[in-house]
Amino acid sequence: MPKKYHINTEHIPPRFTPVGKFGIVDFNEDCAGACHHCVKKECIYEIYKKEGIFTREMEGPVHYLYSCMNCLRCVQNCTRAAITRVVNPEFRWLGDDYWKPDIILTLWYQSETGKIPVSGAGYRGKFSGPGFDSMWTDMSEIVRPTRDGIHGREYISTSVDVGRKVPILAFDDKRRTAVDIPPLMELPVPFVLSKPPFGDYSPKMYEAFARAAAVLETQFVLDAADITKNLAKYKKHIAPLVRGAEISKYKKLIRSAAFVELIYDGKMAANIKAIKKINTNAVVSVKIPLDVNSHRTAEKLTDAGVEVIHFTADMHGNIGKGEHPEFIKDNFRRIHTHLVDRGIRDCVTLIAEGGIALPEHMAKMIICGADVVALGIPFLVAIECRMCMNCTRGRACPVDISGVPPESGSKRILNLAAAWRNQLLEVLGAMGIREVRRLRGEFGRAMFYEDLERDTFRKIFSKDKKEKAKL
Amino acid sequence: MSIAVKKKKKSKTAPAPKQAAQEITREPQHTPSRFRHAIGKYRVLRSDACIGCGKCAELCPHGVHVKYEGAQKTSRPKDYLCRGFHCKQNCDYYCIDKCPVGALTLRINPVVETIGDPRWTPEMILSTWDMAEHGRVTNDTLNGELGDTDGGFDKLRLNFPKKPKKKLKPKDIDTSIVLNRRGEGGTQIKIDVPWYGGGMSYGSVSPATMVGKAHAAQIWNTFSCTGEGGFPPHLDPYDYNMITQVATGLFGVREETIQRVRIVEFRYAQGAKPGLGGHLLGDKNTPAVAKMREAVAGMSLFSPFPFHSVYSIEDHKKHVDWILAMNPAALVSAKVSTPTDVDMVAVGSYYAGAHIVHIDGSYGGTGAAPDIAKKNIAMPIEYAIPKVHEFLTNEGIRDKITLIASGGIRNAYDIVKAICLGADGVVVGTGELVALECIRCGNCESGRGCARGIASTDPELSNMYDENWSTRRISNLYNGWREQIIEIMIRYGVKTIPEMRGRYDLLRHVDYSD
Repeated sequence: MPKKYHINTEHIPPRFTPVGKFGIVDFNEDCAGACHHCVKKECIYEIYKKEGIFTREMEGPVHYLYSCMNCLRCVQNCTRAAITRVVNPEFRWLGDDYWKPDIILTLWYQSETGKIPVSGAGYRGKFSGPGFDSMWTDMSEIVRPTRDGIHGREYISTSVDVGRKVPILAFDDKRRTAVDIPPLMELPVPFVLSKPPFGDYSPKMYEAFARAAAVLETQFVLDAADITKNLAKYKKHIAPLVRGAEISKYKKLIRSAAFVELIYDGKMAANIKAIKKINTNAVVSVKIPLDVNSHRTAEKLTDAGVEVIHFTADMHGNIGKGEHPEFIKDNFRRIHTHLVDRGIRDCVTLIAEGGIALPEHMAKMIICGADVVALGIPFLVAIECRMCMNCTRGRACPVDISGVPPESGSKRILNLAAAWRNQLLEVLGAMGIREVRRLRGEFGRAMFYEDLERDTFRKIFSKDKKEKAKL
Repeated sequence: MSIAVKKKKKSKTAPAPKQAAQEITREPQHTPSRFRHAIGKYRVLRSDACIGCGKCAELCPHGVHVKYEGAQKTSRPKDYLCRGFHCKQNCDYYCIDKCPVGALTLRINPVVETIGDPRWTPEMILSTWDMAEHGRVTNDTLNGELGDTDGGFDKLRLNFPKKPKKKLKPKDIDTSIVLNRRGEGGTQIKIDVPWYGGGMSYGSVSPATMVGKAHAAQIWNTFSCTGEGGFPPHLDPYDYNMITQVATGLFGVREETIQRVRIVEFRYAQGAKPGLGGHLLGDKNTPAVAKMREAVAGMSLFSPFPFHSVYSIEDHKKHVDWILAMNPAALVSAKVSTPTDVDMVAVGSYYAGAHIVHIDGSYGGTGAAPDIAKKNIAMPIEYAIPKVHEFLTNEGIRDKITLIASGGIRNAYDIVKAICLGADGVVVGTGELVALECIRCGNCESGRGCARGIASTDPELSNMYDENWSTRRISNLYNGWREQIIEIMIRYGVKTIPEMRGRYDLLRHVDYSD
């Protein structure tokens, strides 16, 4: 039996005090001081004890704000009602409308512990929402379960193949393959790392990413210009991103890489040929922003023999500007369906990037037709980014991303990767699907908000009789 | 466990109700918060300028200000009773303005923002607490009807006729439902309210919580469920109102626990974590819990998914037959979650002989589940109810089976909405826990369990309140819900719960109806 793929995790505390969701406000002037029933001593999570140690000894990053578990016992039982609790205003400033503070907090938790977030009580969010929140995955009920759980003896595979697949094999009269079989790269996880669209970039930060990519046995897509000497030992796991005109400049990098990304331009065929001439074994991907005609572009590129297409949306998953930009998942469904209709879907590998902030987004993106997703910002958050965007304004990074030690930084990235993979396993286990390759394009195993609304409430409540009859 | 049938233990008649330890009636009893300071929407602060004239205490009809006889100062305001700015606009006793020395200030309590979430908004939690304390709605300035989720129940409204067809009085209204509709014999069970309590296992919640739920079920002639943790001895007086749950781990399932109850529930899946198994963390598996579950204390206990003895409807029938062989008088319920084909599952359950099909939507409660499962797997109950109801109707078997819905039913309005969408009744769980002062912090599973003592087996934490308090709070909540349902039925002009079932015309959807 082959060795089971496993990502080791270890507890890696943050370098800087994380921003917690709740703040305790203590009105010292109201405190009776000697009531002998101080609720702070009774805190079952010992938050106040930790706070005291920090205040006295200034030891390490203080975690008390970060770790208040929100039980309100101290607030409700203090003799003089001298304690109250508020939502930490700094918490509200984290991220933005899409990368919500709660998302950043859960990413930090996973990066620190490597564990999947588990909680009691039911779901606590909105009914549905824009983007990925408008779909649900289906589950298997009782018919296709794993035999002994998702971490049991049965193996749920998260491997994906990256490269071009030949639709039909042909043999010559000497029983040798008569078609060229392009190189195929197997990744044990359905994601690659990519350079985040913003960040306090530094060779150390890139090294943390590259190191994690090497341990994960996946790829880190990085601008060729950013690949410095300190990354040489990870060369098999760094995919240089080059422009057509720069191919000859980065010949050396291309020669040693297993995966090369090319920025799309008019001379694509010639550029791919030039790369292949340097390194025939490299899988070559074409990186191109998504637009409303991406399905046609995908068809054109696939017909032209492209091995991998890396489609990108903006960091919020939006495509194009305007009041109602299309969301990446809807666009990808169209691309996938179009290629399936044309009978060429399996020839090409599709990578999706943009707006993938949580592990369920990864699973949903794969359901919507992506083979692989590219993740940049989540791993930047793993090394403590607060998304304050200071770096984009030329100001100093509050958490010194550029000074991240590559070793601990990469371990936090690995923790997050392990937690994401384990959550993907939860979804696959619940769906009764044993490998992530089978999840790709499985629209039938997902439920979409617009369909459920149409078939339920619109059908029941619509005033339009014609529409009602049609439904 | 043994499945051998012992003839002498077979009983064709249901066990008679036994008397509970403490006499608590349906009549609401004032049961205030167990904490020193109850949380309210507002904070009323009294400064040192107060001269103790007691005017505020004389004015406030809600009991916010109290001046005890002989006391020089007025007591600290019980601000959780305050109506806040609503009072400023609508009342002539607004204490802040009336205080002769301006010693009082009013502000929104910042703590409120830290409790609850869009599903259970802070106001809905506070409103549930109000009901659990007083047995009815006393503070109508709180929105206890709608959450902030922008979908599902929160986009449905009750569609009241301008004038009901029949003029009804509360005594004309019958809120009971029957649970055995197969017409093939078996025990006839009628419950007085259209809901029963969800399964919470011995191990996941404290004994006082479990007994409170069971005792309230007894008072209201309905049911509570054991969950998957066996039948602890303190539930002995409540056999008549308990459902034994048979779940995949088979923890605590014995011939005796099947035979002592009137309903047995198969838990095939749970809405909050469909397709995934249960998991009791080692910390919560205390010696007492382990004994009940016939396991080793301190070990994490997994309930696998699914029943590996059931891969088809035929296998399910075998399960039903197995229960009926041991307890022929029992009703069998099949609890399933809500995948796309939930309608087919419901039909299959009927043909396999189940009396009740219980569909549990994806936004339901749980002791512990991966966050990814709670949000993203299977469909919300609001879609599943009409889907199953219509499918059963088209199959011609709708009146032969009881359809029970759960998973996100938070209050009396949700209960009515679920029934109007096609359910016969509902199962509630989180509402009961909120009545016991759950703030939905979600830390039920961590370390020693719930810090507020609701979902914990820790010897210290699980003794934060006793069963009389929990019984009274839950019974008060039930009374409040029933009163609200009666009021709604009077406005609809319907006398019985089944008259509302599947009546889409009694609802409207804010996006499509208007």
